[in-house]
Amino acid sequence: MDIAAILSILDATIRLSTPLLLACLAGMYSERAGVFDIGLEGKMLAAAFAAGAVAAISGSAWLGLMAGMAVSLSTALLQGVAAITLKGNQLIAGVAINMLAAGLTTFLGQTWFGQGGRTPPLGDGGRFTPITLPFADELQNVPILGPIYSELISGHYILVYVAFIMVAVTAFVLYRTRFGLRLRAVGENPKAVDTAGISVVLLRYQAVIITGLLCGLAGAYFSIAQGSGFGNNMTAGKGYIALAALIFAKWKPVPAMFTCLLFGFLDALQIRLQGARLYDVEIPVQAIQALPYLLTVILLAGFIGKAVGPKAGGVPYTKER
Amino acid sequence: MSARRPIPRWADVALLPAINLTLAFLVSGLVVLLVGENPFHAIQVIIYGAFGYGEGVGYTLYYATNFIFTGLAVAVAAHAGLFNIGGDGQAYVAGLGAIVVALALDQTHWLLAMPLAVIAAGAMGGAWAFIPGWLQAKRGSHVVITTIMFNFIAAALMVYMVNRVLKPASSMAPESATIDVGGRVPQLRQFFSFFGYSPVNLSIVIAILALIGVYILVWHTKFGYAMRVLGANPTASRYAGISNSRMIMITMTISGALAGMVAINEVMGVQNRLVLDFVAGAGFVGIAVALMGRNHPIGIALAAILFGALYQGGQELQFVIPGITREMIVVIQALVILFTGAMEGLFRPALERAFMTFSPEQKADAVAVSTAKTES
Repeated sequence: MDIAAILSILDATIRLSTPLLLACLAGMYSERAGVFDIGLEGKMLAAAFAAGAVAAISGSAWLGLMAGMAVSLSTALLQGVAAITLKGNQLIAGVAINMLAAGLTTFLGQTWFGQGGRTPPLGDGGRFTPITLPFADELQNVPILGPIYSELISGHYILVYVAFIMVAVTAFVLYRTRFGLRLRAVGENPKAVDTAGISVVLLRYQAVIITGLLCGLAGAYFSIAQGSGFGNNMTAGKGYIALAALIFAKWKPVPAMFTCLLFGFLDALQIRLQGARLYDVEIPVQAIQALPYLLTVILLAGFIGKAVGPKAGGVPYTKER
Repeated sequence: MSARRPIPRWADVALLPAINLTLAFLVSGLVVLLVGENPFHAIQVIIYGAFGYGEGVGYTLYYATNFIFTGLAVAVAAHAGLFNIGGDGQAYVAGLGAIVVALALDQTHWLLAMPLAVIAAGAMGGAWAFIPGWLQAKRGSHVVITTIMFNFIAAALMVYMVNRVLKPASSMAPESATIDVGGRVPQLRQFFSFFGYSPVNLSIVIAILALIGVYILVWHTKFGYAMRVLGANPTASRYAGISNSRMIMITMTISGALAGMVAINEVMGVQNRLVLDFVAGAGFVGIAVALMGRNHPIGIALAAILFGALYQGGQELQFVIPGITREMIVVIQALVILFTGAMEGLFRPALERAFMTFSPEQKADAVAVSTAKTES
């Protein structure tokens, strides 16, 4: 394999891991605050549809992005009402959100646009275009570093850069701010937070809102950056991979970035390996597809370290009985 | 805090689900209105499509058969306090057991093939659920996450198995060889012409037996009692000398085996071969069915028929009203899960208050309860 092939796989890795990373960070906020979120997939899918639909109608990628974030946010709030205010089962709420998004996006897509659940293809301005970083073209011919800079680092959609910046932002917010301290505390011991006079409900809603906004970015990436328009079930289980990455990264921002890059790399590899052979044996593509899920199961079983989530996760907080 | 008293049992098992279900339908009606169609016309079409003629009834029962199995799978796990979202994967993998037996015994009689296939499908589905059960019992990994992961692993595994192992060399389509004679479960239309061309088959008898079996297992055996104790209070069950980890593993295996029965209905009853994604989300419908049916076989049977009717009526709907696609059914399903499962607390307080206001007896009880609390 030559350097160009390796670069193209790594380039695809970055592109494919971006939505995972955004969704994974999204899940981190609500799970750190003690709200388990298996509805990442649904929120992303709803956002992807809203972004695709609005971008198609308005012709503006930015309006599409905002619509995606708004829809994802309202979905997150719906889930929040069920899980926080009504103290319902958080897992069931997530399952319902995923199904609701899967059904509604296809249904509304078909009724509104009549193209088998797809939104019309986006023209110029309707989707984000890759950004060329300064000096990318000039440096292209510098050996080794040139191609890495111009192909790997430059030339991505704005959301890609946002995702990686969000890793630093999330790490800062979680570990260096008062809000982050409280957020982590409310996921470990809500009673203590309550005793300190801080509203558990408010904190959890704030976390859920951030989750919704980030999922909106992730979903919009599918339909108006990576793709040009929304397609049926576009997120294809990526929300669950993001959930797996979150567990794999043990709910920490920087490990989350590396896990998402790893899962993105597996995805890129899997596309590349269609029909490839190793010592005369064809490698089943399905084995690589299943690898993130398998790794998560093995990690959860404690065979490669222990993944312990926030202690109060999944339990609605009741002030008093 | 104000005096509160749980609502009477009949309201809990019948009234509250009915209110939540109505709410789900109301919201669905709003969605239909949103796209400019008449919700009442839509309901009419669904009801006629599902129950109006023999073939429709047959289809309704065929879908309901699947949902009874997956609903029971979710319910059995729920009694032990486990949330099995892996019904889809378990049913899918069970298809392997069913097809292997069906193809092997193709030249014999269905009376021989069916029981053996039931065992094989149950064993495969059970095994696929046993692993998450074992992981939860012995390694402490949450069964919800592992069953989600196992759904995806099953999907990858089955694509491989169908394409590389089961697909006949002469065929291009990604599906196994077709069952010819003995491996097929007889269709009910062979006995009753009423069912038209619908695919309802003798698997429905297994479904009914499963309903009765689960009822006996959960409420009339020592094992079922231990299961419910575990679900209600794991600490108490451990102090009572019940092995929690053993219970979790056995319960998950039973749950997976029940989900696996979907393969009998689909593979041997209808498709007559193993096709990709034959489960088509029945495992997730099972969650809605179990939630609505309050984990009780009678409730599950009714809820399964309701969802079967929605599925069949939904098919009809997209022919009659092209503006509404069958995904509308997925929306209704999701709303049912949302309102009866996650937002169950929406009407409970109001209902509790209503019962207090209108029944002096309840009120007296509630006051007594709260007085006792303050005094102690």
